Amino acid sequence: MADESDIAISLRGIVNRFGQQVVHDGLDLDIRKGEVIGIVGGSGTGKSVLMRTVIGLNRPAAGSITVLGTRMDKASDAERARIEASWGVLFQNGALFSSLTVAENVQAPMREHTDLPAELMGELAALKIRLAGLPADAGAKFPSQLSGGMKKRAGIARALALDPEILFLDEPTAGLDPIGAAEFDDLIRDLQRSLGLTVVMITHDLDSLVAICDRIGVLIDRRIRVGTLAEHLQDEHPWIRQYFHGKRARAAGI
Amino acid sequence: MSAPGSNAGWVKLSLDAGRATWSFGGAWTIDHAASLARDIEAAGGASARAALFDLTQLQQLDTSGAWLIARLGHALEAAGVAVETRPGDPALAALLTRVAETRDVLPTPPRHRSLGDKIAELGAAVEHVVLESRDLVAFLGHLVLALGRLVLRPWKLRWNAVFAHLEQTGLNALPIVGLINLLVGVVLAFQGADQLARFGAQTFTINMLGISVLREMAVLLTAIVVAGRSGSAFTAQIGTMQVNEEVDALRTIGLDPMDVLVVPRVLALVIALPLLTFFADMMGLLGGGLMCVVLLDISFQQYLSLLNQAITINHFWVGMSKAPVFAILIALVGCFEGLRVSGSAESVGRLTTRSVVEAIFLVIIVDALFSIMFSYLDI
Repeated sequence: MADESDIAISLRGIVNRFGQQVVHDGLDLDIRKGEVIGIVGGSGTGKSVLMRTVIGLNRPAAGSITVLGTRMDKASDAERARIEASWGVLFQNGALFSSLTVAENVQAPMREHTDLPAELMGELAALKIRLAGLPADAGAKFPSQLSGGMKKRAGIARALALDPEILFLDEPTAGLDPIGAAEFDDLIRDLQRSLGLTVVMITHDLDSLVAICDRIGVLIDRRIRVGTLAEHLQDEHPWIRQYFHGKRARAAGI
Repeated sequence: MSAPGSNAGWVKLSLDAGRATWSFGGAWTIDHAASLARDIEAAGGASARAALFDLTQLQQLDTSGAWLIARLGHALEAAGVAVETRPGDPALAALLTRVAETRDVLPTPPRHRSLGDKIAELGAAVEHVVLESRDLVAFLGHLVLALGRLVLRPWKLRWNAVFAHLEQTGLNALPIVGLINLLVGVVLAFQGADQLARFGAQTFTINMLGISVLREMAVLLTAIVVAGRSGSAFTAQIGTMQVNEEVDALRTIGLDPMDVLVVPRVLALVIALPLLTFFADMMGLLGGGLMCVVLLDISFQQYLSLLNQAITINHFWVGMSKAPVFAILIALVGCFEGLRVSGSAESVGRLTTRSVVEAIFLVIIVDALFSIMFSYLDI
C-alpha cells in the first residue's frame, strides 16, 4: 500500500444498505493524491451512493472514511468544515441554487469560506464561468434559463469556486455534446496537472475514462476493483470483460 | 506584505533601468487571495516601460492566484508595458497561461434596481395581472369545455383520482375546519353577549350567532382554510409535475392535463367544500351554543329552541350556496397556477404562494358580490 500521506481518501469496510438491499459490503478503496480515478459500474451498483458516502451525505451502516488524513466520523465540526472547504462537488443535474444567478451560485461557497473583497469575488466567479466553458453573459442568468449542458458547466464552475483539492464529479460529461465533453476532459486534465487536484469521477463516458483517468474503479459484487485500464483489460470477470471489450469500448479505442 | 520565505504567497517589486521585476513566490491560493490583491495594489510600479514576471519561486498556484497575476499582466499591457514571463514550474506556468488567455472575463454587475427599473417593474406587474386575469378566464373556458365533454362521455371521468382528492381535501380537512369553526363560534358568542348586554339585549346573541355563522363565517373560514390547505397542494403537485416534465409526458401520450389533473381536483373540491361547510356550520353553532349556555345561563335545549326561532332555513342555504362557487374558484386558481410553473423548483414555491393569495382574494371578492346580490334579492 502507498504511503499514508499520499492517500487523499481512504475507505475501509464500508457497508451501505437500504432496507433489505445491500449495496456495498465491506468495500475498501484508497484514492491517491493527484490522481484522476473513474468510478464505473452497472445501474444500481451504488456509484452515486459511494460518492454521497464519501462527502458525508449518506452515513454508512459500517466502515470508516478518512479524507486528507482526517477520520470523518470522528472529526470535530471545525475539522469537518475545513475538509468540506477543500472539496468541490458536481451533482448529476448540477444542483444549482435556483433562486440565485449563475454568478451568485459560483460566489456562494466563496462568501461562506473566504473574506475576499466583493469586486475580486465577482472577477473570480466570472473567471470560473469562462473556465468552465460558459459564455461571459451566462453569469447573469438564472439556472432555469440554462440548457442541461450549460447547467452542468455552471455546476462545474461552482465546484471549482474554492479551488478545491478534491473534485467529485457525478457523470460530468453526460448530456454534453462530444466537443464539449472533450473540452471538459482537457479542462479537468489541465486543472488536475496544475493544481495537483484529486478527481473522483463517476462516468460512463469511455472516452473520458481513456483520456483522463489514471485508474478506474469498477463497482462489482458490492465491492470495488481498482486498477489501470490495462489491468482491467486482463480481468476475467464477465461484467468487466463485457464493459471493456464491448462494441462501444472498441469505438473509444480501448 | 508577507516576507519572502514564509508559506503564504508574497510579491516583490524591484526596479532597475526602467525595467520592473515582479517576483512572485510562496503559495498563491484562494486562502491568501485577499491580502495578495492588496499587496499587488500597494506595490505600484507603473512607471516602468517593461516588466518581467518572475515565477521561479512560486510554490503553489490555483486559479485565484493565477487570476491575480494575470489581471496585473492585463493591466500593465493595457498601460503599454511589455510584459515578459520567466516561468518556473511548467505546470504552474501552464495554469497561468490558461487563466491569462481566458477572454471575456466580465464580472456580472450586482443586481440593483434604479427608480426607472422599479417603475418599469410596476408597469410589468400591472400588465402581468391583466394578462393573468385573461388567462384565468380562458382556463375557466377550457375547464367548462372539459366538463362538457365529460357530460357526453361520463365513463371517461377518473373516479379513482376524484376519490383520492376527496379524501385529501375533504376528510383530512375535518379536524382543522371543525376546530377553527368551533373556536370562532365560541368567540362570536362571547363577544356578542358582551356587547349586547349593554343594551339588555343579551338574548339576541343567539340570532347574531346563528345568522353570522350560517351566512358568512362557516363558509368563508372553511374556504380560506381549504385554499391554504388544498389550493396550495394543487399548485405544488401540478407544479412539481410540470418541473419534472410529467405534464409534457402526459400530453405526448395523448392525455389532456385538463382531464387528468384539473377536472378530478375541481370535482373533488366541489363535492368536498359544501360538505365541509355543513360540518363547519354545525361546529360553529355548537361552539357558540356552549358559550351561550355558560354566559346566558340557559340549558342547551333552550339554546336549540331559541336558535330555531331566531333563524330560518334560508340563512343556511345562503351559506351553502356559496360553497360550490368558492370550491371552483380555489381549485381553478390552484390548478391554473400549477400549470404555469416553468423551469425551476423556485417557481413552484412562488406560484404556490400566489395561488393561495389569489384564491383567498377571489373568495372574499365573490363573497362581497354574493352579499350585494342577496340583499337585492331580499334573501
